[in-house]
Amino acid sequence: MQYQNIFTRVQVRSEPEAGIDIGLGNRDRTENPFYSWLVGTFGNAQIGPIYLGFLGTAAFMCGGAAFVIIGLNYWVQVDFNPVRFVLELPWLSLDPPPEEAGLSIPSLQEGGWWFIASFLLLASVILWWFRMYRRAVELQLGLHVPLAFASAIWLFLVLGLIRPILMGSWSEAVPYGLFTHLDWTANFSLFWGNLFWNPFHCLSIVFLYGSTLLFAMHGATILAVTRYGGERELEQITDRGTASERAALFWRWTMGFNATMESVHRWAWWFAMLTTLTGGIGILLSGTIVEDWTIWGMDHGIVPEDLSWWPETPSSLESSW
Amino acid sequence: MSLLSFERKYRVRGGTLVGGDLFDFWVGPFYMGFFGITTIFFAGLGTALILVGAADGPTWNPWLISINPPPIEYGLGMAPLNDGGIWQLVTMCAMGAFISWALREVEICNKLGMGYHVPFAFAAAIFAYATLVIFRPLLLGAWGHGFPYGIFSHLNWVWNTGYQYGNFHYNPAHMVAITFFFTTTLALALHGGMVLSAANPRRHSSFGGPVEVKTPEYEDTFFRDTIGYSVGTLGIHRLGLLLALNAGFWSAVCIFIAAGPIWSEAWTEWWEPLREFYTWGGSAG
Repeated sequence: MQYQNIFTRVQVRSEPEAGIDIGLGNRDRTENPFYSWLVGTFGNAQIGPIYLGFLGTAAFMCGGAAFVIIGLNYWVQVDFNPVRFVLELPWLSLDPPPEEAGLSIPSLQEGGWWFIASFLLLASVILWWFRMYRRAVELQLGLHVPLAFASAIWLFLVLGLIRPILMGSWSEAVPYGLFTHLDWTANFSLFWGNLFWNPFHCLSIVFLYGSTLLFAMHGATILAVTRYGGERELEQITDRGTASERAALFWRWTMGFNATMESVHRWAWWFAMLTTLTGGIGILLSGTIVEDWTIWGMDHGIVPEDLSWWPETPSSLESSW
Repeated sequence: MSLLSFERKYRVRGGTLVGGDLFDFWVGPFYMGFFGITTIFFAGLGTALILVGAADGPTWNPWLISINPPPIEYGLGMAPLNDGGIWQLVTMCAMGAFISWALREVEICNKLGMGYHVPFAFAAAIFAYATLVIFRPLLLGAWGHGFPYGIFSHLNWVWNTGYQYGNFHYNPAHMVAITFFFTTTLALALHGGMVLSAANPRRHSSFGGPVEVKTPEYEDTFFRDTIGYSVGTLGIHRLGLLLALNAGFWSAVCIFIAAGPIWSEAWTEWWEPLREFYTWGGSAG
């Protein structure tokens, strides 16, 4: 078991790392990073420092304001009763304006708070994107992380901004509540004729499950060769060692094909990035271009005209015992 | 020959679980082993049975072909071949092939002196599959509760099974599973992007020639700067594996508890006691 490297057994302590020198930017980092033994059993023991800066602070304030607005609306819904707030929390929701309001700016009680919270959330997310971009640039890193983040923002924009505008009503957007956003999801799928026949929804799920599969494969492979220093991936990319060779041969011998220490991260990045990219396309097409995905599926040969070709799904609600 | 430049010295004998040296050989890039033989047997037979089932069915459209489980009237007995029996045999072949594949991975781990993380992770996926087509049908008392093997027909099964419970998104284990799937994908984007951006760095401007590949210190600094914590080169792989395994595990849980003997109402009802707790406590106005 000790060779499986489940937890870190020896932790080194020295002065915490202050981070790569970025000149004047150093001033924007918090002081006093500290160690946590418990965290160190799993990953790095050092916690902090964090870079504050204008973009991060502004993003945090906008996001915080949106959070508070949503929270206060919840409080109003339970008459400021803390017990009800806790017990009813998953049902509470800040909803977008009603359908008849269209794209007008709504009154506060008729979705106006939703409008303001959405605007602040959008500002927060965009500011956070620029923060990720700036941090990457200052460290002279590639732009892969902000690019992947942009793909997630694409889905966020489609759901809350682009599609509602194309549909002509803010009411199309997602409500801010635990159960209400689940209701929205189920209703969306039912209303547009079963999202499972939407090919971009299919692709998005393939990439979502594929990402999970890839991370299981990659995480497991690297952990399995940590006894050869396999977790030092950048070193292995530039100067291939026995860890990379064993990791590659494992998959070559298993399935006849292997990635390299660098290319496995390209697979990872593309799969994760395409999850939200294709998902956003699938949402955007529903109701704007395609009214009913079941009819679309029949037209394009992925749903049989005669559903009796497929089995009747038995009821799971009672057992045959 | 499909031998990588460094491969020869790794192709050593031994490490097999079954069969000693008998099947200890490679075919092209593939390692064979005893479990390679059983994999070929089960996968080949299963594929042939699927073709037989497809030939028996109404279409050769690959999107629409469906190998259907038996009607639930057959209970836990064997069904005739043309009425779900093929599905039962294909399921046996699939389990045989998957388990063979996992054990073959164990042998390859032994040969390469690697930890057993990959076959362990694969076992979690096999567990999720077995939950769908074996454990849950056993719980419900009929093989007919398995899902049909078809690219789109299995989605039809997911849809119909889900809506028997009203909104399936209210299933608490389903919530947990989806959260793990999304978090895994987020972490994968961050990890893949981080390594690529350190291995393919760029300057402030496009002038000034190539720039040096970055070290893990830069990766740590990037995540400390942005979110205040960097889990590190070792930790991210533990985190990724843990998240991914949980996604599979909770998926299995969420469908297993969606069965009559465990839960037979709309999943919205599962949450009602929480809301009713307030009035039940007598403190309601």
